[in-house]
Amino acid sequence: MTGLITMDDLTNEEILSILDDAERLLPVARGEMYLPLLQGRILGNLFFEPSTRTRMSFETAMKRLGGDVVNLGDVKTSSVVKGETLFDTIQMVDGYTDIIAMRHPRQGAAQYAQDAARVPILNGGDGAGHHPTQTMLDLFTIKQAHGRLEGLKVVLAGDLRYGRTVHSLSHALIRFGCELIFASPRLLNMPEEIVSDLRSQGANVIETEDLYGSMADADVIYMTRIQKERFADEDEYARCAGAYKLHARHLSDVKQDMIVMHPLPRVDEIDPSVDKTRHARYFEQAFNGVVARMALLCRLLGVTVPAKIEGGAL
Amino acid sequence: MSNEHSMRRVTAIRNGTVIDHIPSGQAMRVLEMLGIGGATAVPVSLVMNVPSKKMGSKDIIKVEDRELTQSELDRLALVAPDARVAIIRAYSVAEKLTINLGDELVNVVRCTFSNCITTNLREPQSHRLKVVQRDPLQLRCHYCGRPQNLDELAKNVL
Repeated sequence: MTGLITMDDLTNEEILSILDDAERLLPVARGEMYLPLLQGRILGNLFFEPSTRTRMSFETAMKRLGGDVVNLGDVKTSSVVKGETLFDTIQMVDGYTDIIAMRHPRQGAAQYAQDAARVPILNGGDGAGHHPTQTMLDLFTIKQAHGRLEGLKVVLAGDLRYGRTVHSLSHALIRFGCELIFASPRLLNMPEEIVSDLRSQGANVIETEDLYGSMADADVIYMTRIQKERFADEDEYARCAGAYKLHARHLSDVKQDMIVMHPLPRVDEIDPSVDKTRHARYFEQAFNGVVARMALLCRLLGVTVPAKIEGGAL
Repeated sequence: MSNEHSMRRVTAIRNGTVIDHIPSGQAMRVLEMLGIGGATAVPVSLVMNVPSKKMGSKDIIKVEDRELTQSELDRLALVAPDARVAIIRAYSVAEKLTINLGDELVNVVRCTFSNCITTNLREPQSHRLKVVQRDPLQLRCHYCGRPQNLDELAKNVL
């Protein structure tokens, strides 16, 4: 394994093994113990697009494990604004660091960077393409709640066209035999080639505009934001924004153990009334970004997470 | 140029390359993919929609005084994968070449997806399209993973 560009870079066994590592690392992620597994290692954070959770959780993950982080910083003040190619930027950072986490507005940028680099690349999102580290934390959250990944019924709702998190997650879930329901406004349907890919792999996929009618026997409802920055046309954005607004009153007939997830930030698609219900899991999900990325950093750097964690005192 | 001379040029050339069994109507795209256009100095003959026992009808191209290379010919896999190619020397067939569609097209065409990283022409890495299916032909970009629109690909020849 070199880097993590798409979920295809991991086998199901590797996914489960990394999630097990993450589970054991929870006390370290919470700061309850110190375990410097990555002492002396440097992570390069290259975010060519805005990011709060992904960038900060990578940085937290590295520091919780005793490693260091160097940041590209604001693209506007880096060499990128002077016209430096991604290839050249990667050549430089490759020499400075042991591993790179990267987000880029262009699709395919992560694979391009991996082909140019010696160190592993962790794809933190490439255009509307893939976001596999988000998928790993999503899978961790689902497994935490349900004790398994196999055979669950998962509703993915909102912007399925431009939402890279749902692209990567769908590909991963069908590998565990999950049933998928895609609920989206017609303009934001899951890209045809992805639906066709999933079906050709034997996936049970249903497409609908009716979110509320799809929730009754769901195990997971995964909401996404309508991403304004993905629209060239303001009118088109206005038509799609606010298509779904999940409120606590919509959850009266759902399964007791159903969880509501969201990659955040949310705008209006989940009403704050949902936060207090037993179903809300999005803030834990955001925290899980740290522990999932800790496990991934260890795996890609070839560092074994001990079977029994006994960290030093803080 | 006499009509008789023109006919002879189409039927036989002294030295160069003959590309036969091009699917009917694809000859112009073949020329485009080979980068043969108005600025080409050597004589180029083209016949379109001529009867063919094997194909019903076909196109033929003859390029004089230029021996196309295997890598140039491999580009044709996109539009004429079953074309037959002969290198002509002194009016005789000196070599027969076949068009090879490998597992990947490297630096032949650019990805057709407008937001692919490779659309930045200053990026120096190779353009790579993977062959995911041969018949009918389906290609995907190595980087962005998007399926390629074959009609648009001819415009993206490098």
